[in-house]
Amino acid sequence: MAARIFTVTSGKGGVGKTTLSANLGVALSMTGQRVVVIDADVGLRNLDMMLGLENRIVYDLVDVIEGRCRLRQALVHDKRLSELFLLPAAQTRDKSAVTPDDMVRICEQLREQYDFILVDSPAGIEQGFRYAVAPADEVLIITNPEVAAVRDADRVVGLVEAEEKGPARLIVNRVRPDMVKRGEMLDIADVVELLAIDLIGIVPEEPEILVSANRGRPVALSPDGSLAGRAFHNIARRMQGEDVPFLTLREQGVLGRIFGFMRSGGD
Amino acid sequence: MKILERLRKGRKTSSGKVAKERLRLVLAHDRAHISPGLLDTLKDEIISVISRHIDIDADSVQVTISQSARESRLVADIPLLSGQRRRR
Repeated sequence: MAARIFTVTSGKGGVGKTTLSANLGVALSMTGQRVVVIDADVGLRNLDMMLGLENRIVYDLVDVIEGRCRLRQALVHDKRLSELFLLPAAQTRDKSAVTPDDMVRICEQLREQYDFILVDSPAGIEQGFRYAVAPADEVLIITNPEVAAVRDADRVVGLVEAEEKGPARLIVNRVRPDMVKRGEMLDIADVVELLAIDLIGIVPEEPEILVSANRGRPVALSPDGSLAGRAFHNIARRMQGEDVPFLTLREQGVLGRIFGFMRSGGD
Repeated sequence: MKILERLRKGRKTSSGKVAKERLRLVLAHDRAHISPGLLDTLKDEIISVISRHIDIDADSVQVTISQSARESRLVADIPLLSGQRRRR
């Protein structure tokens, strides 16, 4: 058993990297995969909160790198799932504490015992991005249908290619079908055409995402509770090579959402 | 009133389309590392080189970056002055 290593990155901050990493970790482990999610955002640790594991951290990534503990000791087990582990970022250090070689070494050590390793990259294209991408077998780029996010994603597509980690695959997050319908938002086809990389996921904007972050309970834990939850599970299945059709997003008020949801449930 | 508003709205390009067009241009420049200023310089120099040898319609020359998938190319559209127009 040798894990596949995926890095989640975006260029721009606040587009949903950490939410995606948490939910993919949950969704993959719910299909019986052994998963480690690594918070690579040293100094701005957040993946622990998304997963509701913030009170269980003893050691972190930088402790492992600097030899204060063994890798195993730093892994936090998510007890809601049998095979999901978090390697938290250090909160009181900065990105200079980690090198690309450190990340490669840690991921290679994990590779033998797990099926999936997800690296949650920091925003930006500097050192944090570089060490997060270094261990990757594959890169997932997440963006929003919004000019700044798409432009930054395009930069990252180019950088990932330059690092010979491409072609990256694309997730479009925070899609608002009502605005797309009115022509007031870039639609998925526009974003895919502009960035010219393969699409692996579409995630609608939903209030449930914020609620789940409030509670530290990723929406993917209850895939039937929201369209976004289903979307994350679909991405997890595509990462395992399954051919899963994309959700049809539609929205006309509450009823439309319910019917749209039921209909897409029948796809 | 509502109908008028709708008609007016219909004529205005939707912001989604505007976003796409703006992005198409800016990404082409970003990827090629060619700023709009550099493109203007290239255009002026191309015009001067070509005009030395043949008659062209300098005002209608267009130099753009075209994009297909992730490949960029510099495209120069240079209308030639026809013999008839030259004689006039």
